[in-house]
Amino acid sequence: MRKPAPTSNWTSDVQGATSLVALSGDWVARTDGIEEGVAQRVLAPGIRRLKFDTAKLGHWDSGLIAFLITLREAANKDGVTFDEDGLPGPARRLIALSPNRAAKPPAEPPIPVPDRVGLWALQMGTEGVEASALLGNTFLRGGAALGGRAVIRARDLVEAMYDAGVSALPIITVVGLLVGGILAFIGASELGKFGAGLYVANLVSIGMVREMAALMTAIIMAGRTGGAYAATIAAMQGAEEIDALRAMGIPIFDYLILPKVLALSTMIPILYLYGCAVGVLGGLCVAAATLHVTAISFFARAQESLSGTEFGLGLAKSLCFGAFIAIIACRIGLRARRNAAAVGTAATTAVVFGIVGVIALDAIFDLCASVLGI
Amino acid sequence: MATLSTPPKLEVEGLAIGFGETIIQHDVSFRVEAGSVFAIMGGSGSGKSTLLKALIGLVRPMQGSIRIEQEDYWAASEARRAEIAQGLGVLFQSGALWSSMTVAQNVALPLRLLSQLDEASINGLSELKLSLVGLAAAGDLMPAALSGGMVKRAGLARALSLDPAILMLDEPSSGLDPITAKRLDDLILELRDGFGMTIVLVSHDLPSLFDICDDGVFLDGDTKTAIAHGAPSRLRDECDHPLVHAFMHRARPDADQGRAS
Repeated sequence: MRKPAPTSNWTSDVQGATSLVALSGDWVARTDGIEEGVAQRVLAPGIRRLKFDTAKLGHWDSGLIAFLITLREAANKDGVTFDEDGLPGPARRLIALSPNRAAKPPAEPPIPVPDRVGLWALQMGTEGVEASALLGNTFLRGGAALGGRAVIRARDLVEAMYDAGVSALPIITVVGLLVGGILAFIGASELGKFGAGLYVANLVSIGMVREMAALMTAIIMAGRTGGAYAATIAAMQGAEEIDALRAMGIPIFDYLILPKVLALSTMIPILYLYGCAVGVLGGLCVAAATLHVTAISFFARAQESLSGTEFGLGLAKSLCFGAFIAIIACRIGLRARRNAAAVGTAATTAVVFGIVGVIALDAIFDLCASVLGI
Repeated sequence: MATLSTPPKLEVEGLAIGFGETIIQHDVSFRVEAGSVFAIMGGSGSGKSTLLKALIGLVRPMQGSIRIEQEDYWAASEARRAEIAQGLGVLFQSGALWSSMTVAQNVALPLRLLSQLDEASINGLSELKLSLVGLAAAGDLMPAALSGGMVKRAGLARALSLDPAILMLDEPSSGLDPITAKRLDDLILELRDGFGMTIVLVSHDLPSLFDICDDGVFLDGDTKTAIAHGAPSRLRDECDHPLVHAFMHRARPDADQGRAS
């Protein structure tokens, strides 16, 4: 193979109204690119005809074709004759393949801001309706599933529950122990000042049971399982798997979404209870180490401070968080666009919406609880 | 066809390919002459696509050599292999367009990453490639918005992006209607003649094979090796191997006649 010369070269020899363009050297697109403003230089005023001489032309590729097409377009625009007889046959064939480019249609004017706000609001409205429809469906089809009337396989449900439950135990253990320990540290440093160190037990147990265990579990599950749900469904969307289900008349909701929603909304409450237990244990470890509280007195205080209401509140929260995370994740997966990047976007969006939504829901719960005096 | 004066563009010798314990093809040898259209033929599952993957550097052969412009591809260092691969244009079966970019961005990406050209040149060259395949107006579309034929054309434009010396096509006409397939065949020939490329294609689309290929190799999935060499039209008229004969005439091989009928 010939080594490419550093630059392709052309010279223009003007005789009367005809310009003879002599091409020489190697024309390699990848190193030479397209020379800027070449058309103006070749097509000097007064030239009516372009001819070519390729006697010294070496190796060429699309770089030459791009050069010639630029010239042809400019020539056509100025009414100059483009005489391609002197060009190599293959180059002529390629030029013929590339049609005279029609003028590009003018770019559409940008949408004005008020319109965009309106469109965005409409879209959000639609999203809201879709999400509520999904929620409604969950109740309807969930009821049907309990009555054994939904197209849901027990195996899918068990698998989803395993994924959303047992597999999450290690991370819940670690985070639960640490959060309980952190609460105990705060309590030890603040309550210790008033000689009320023993009340660390109350702080840890109420803190975990009412608030932290539910929130922590939900945030972990939104990141871990919500993201995975959205990504899976988005990938299925891209591979037309969901279309295949639809075409066969398999209800998407029953088969794909219901197991996930049921699994998360049953598993998060269970993980919440587990989180409470390890959290209190973590608190005990820290309290025992810093305040020399005995396990018996710690548990006694914890037991005294907790009532069924606290657990009821925590369980109610967890149930809502679980359903919310699963529904949001599935909805985001289903509306994903059909390309590879959409899978990543869907996972990210699901995690962000899941976490922010869970925290917002938690705030609403606490507001209601304080108004009701629970 | 085989001219003794010019060395072959691509030469495969004693090639064995497979995964782990499974051997898919062994003792495959052939030469692809410069400027020819070479067909890799064979039934479904005979290892055509795996062979193509070995040729474009995606699957390391278990044995044998692949010489591209007389350089042993798999004996070269990784950096050198990447360089050689830049001289190969590949059209994947399903287009394999990068779905998060517009068609024009797809075509421009190789130049953008692998050359030092300025923006205007890159855009000009990608527009040229798109206009050569007849997609000048589709540059701003996303791959998801393209029809099957357009996906193949866009993939072809992207394969041409670096002006390859060898163009590899994996089932270019699969999934296309006969008219679109014929147009694509003609386009492939035009591009071959225009740029003087060598083309290797995997296909089992008979009309297209007879139309555009002037040499080829036939892989058999049962004996796991190449059982015939030559232009598809010649194999159709002259080869008397029952499997090749059946394939070329779209018939069922004799051994198959008693079954399932």
